[in-house]
Amino acid sequence: MTADTTSPFEPVIRPAGLNGVLVSFGDALSEPGNRAALAFAEAVARDGIDGVEDCAPSLVSVFVQFDPLHLGLGALTARLTDLLAERDWYAAPMPDGRRFIRVPTVYGTDLAPQLEEAAQAAGLSVSDAISQLSDARVRVQTIGFAPGQPYLGLLPDAWDIPRQTALTKAVPGGALVVAIRQFVLFSGSSPTGWRHIGQTHLKLFRPASDAPFFLRPGDEVQFVQVTPDELARHANDPDGGAVIEAIR
Amino acid sequence: MIRALKLHRIAPGASVQDRGRVGYRAFGVSTGGAADPLALAEGAALLAQSTDCAALELPGSGGVFEATAALRIALTGAPMRAALDGVPLVWNASHAMPAGARLEIGGATSGSYGYLHVGGGFDLPQQLGSRSAHLAAGIGAVVQAGDTLPIAEDRGHAVGFCLPLDNRFDGGMLRLIQSFQTELFDAATRERFTDTPFSRDARANRMGMRLDSEGEGFATSVGLNILSESILPGDIQITGDGTPYLLLWESQTTGGYPRIATVIPADLPRAVQTPAGGVLRFRFVTRDEALEAERKRRDHLRALPKLRTPLVRDPSQIRDLLRYQLISGVTAGESQDEQE
Repeated sequence: MTADTTSPFEPVIRPAGLNGVLVSFGDALSEPGNRAALAFAEAVARDGIDGVEDCAPSLVSVFVQFDPLHLGLGALTARLTDLLAERDWYAAPMPDGRRFIRVPTVYGTDLAPQLEEAAQAAGLSVSDAISQLSDARVRVQTIGFAPGQPYLGLLPDAWDIPRQTALTKAVPGGALVVAIRQFVLFSGSSPTGWRHIGQTHLKLFRPASDAPFFLRPGDEVQFVQVTPDELARHANDPDGGAVIEAIR
Repeated sequence: MIRALKLHRIAPGASVQDRGRVGYRAFGVSTGGAADPLALAEGAALLAQSTDCAALELPGSGGVFEATAALRIALTGAPMRAALDGVPLVWNASHAMPAGARLEIGGATSGSYGYLHVGGGFDLPQQLGSRSAHLAAGIGAVVQAGDTLPIAEDRGHAVGFCLPLDNRFDGGMLRLIQSFQTELFDAATRERFTDTPFSRDARANRMGMRLDSEGEGFATSVGLNILSESILPGDIQITGDGTPYLLLWESQTTGGYPRIATVIPADLPRAVQTPAGGVLRFRFVTRDEALEAERKRRDHLRALPKLRTPLVRDPSQIRDLLRYQLISGVTAGESQDEQE
């Protein structure tokens, strides 16, 4: 896969609250911006700046948490600006060790009650909606919101649908939700503003395990349609029946 | 006998909490830890022990507890009615709890989160470097009636200290600084936000609290299609219908609803302790003012051990009065040999 190295967006550094800065590589989701965020977060962590406490990539940005009484905002910004100048981050390679994972998924039914509503928002029939979503090979762009929980994209244009105006009180763990050309797969029960269109049995977060987080940024995923009966057979499998193969 | 605390009755939602987890944001795990970190530090100061010790967080009310061995305890955070074998206990203070004694903690008289600390701290296994239950993440869980919580060895001896009661339990003014999405809200909306008194909704938990107000909401024209970005504790997120939610230590790590501003860390204890129906107002401060407030917050945390004073006890409330040396009315000698 070749990267678009001619991105017009200049990275921007802005304060986030009192003890954070956000380095943005775009104001919309893009593959180069996502590559830049993943690689730059690794570079900041490697740089070991005194006073930096935590660092995490988001979709096309990197959040850097620091101690503002130990490290001035100006000094941190200067160091990050130097790091930004070191290379073309938009052309950075994807992380190593990526995998392609096929996850059995029930679309719609009472397990995922907002499929029809989401299909309507996307201007698709329910069957077209299922085939588009089930065929899509999406990539983990970032982990966030909840432990081990991926944002995945990009979906076809039709799925550029907004979040709901009000929050859904709770979707269960393993819920597949959709908005703005992305999936989120929920690691635990949670309120959400995204529409619940599929259900899996994948356990994304296994706190007692040596490898507590199942997915990593860069992994590719397909949510393959199965019947509720087929899904039920994977109820006791933490992988939820997922089939995993290495990429390359 | 193993050192432990038996929970005969316990408030719904109570959980063991320490300072939480830093460094797992990239995996989607927010810091979590005690909802009121100041109350956690006060307990550590009262028992002259490390701020890493885990305490029991009591949302709204307490429970009925029994010690399996002689313990030191401290009570901090939202003031609650407390009694040891029927004798009332002073809040924001440390006390001796003999083996077999029955501790009853009732409802909060103001504030939201009370804390029961034990000498040595609760000795739960660490997960991702912390003993805190992270309820939203499914790490650990709330405690239940019938549970017995193990307690680590206690190297301290002193009890009978108190700290001045704070006034952070009834809402009030919270200071804001601008964040990277503040500009998504027009000046008129931001001004209306700081002119509006909010009432803390009954819907609140360790992740965040909903803020109610009269009149129209605070929606931004940017709407519901912005990218999900990192969230900090203190961020005020505006959902699609214009309702503000103040996000706390156990919030999600990223989110796509725009955030109008961030409450400064120094004011988060006041924010989380605001009881349902309590009134909150907001005002913007400059970055320099926020830094000065942060300096003061940390100075105060460092000074807590020096702010401790011996409890003056009412002799009529002392059950075993005859055991005390009542020379010029001073308290028991036990209070003097504290360890730092």
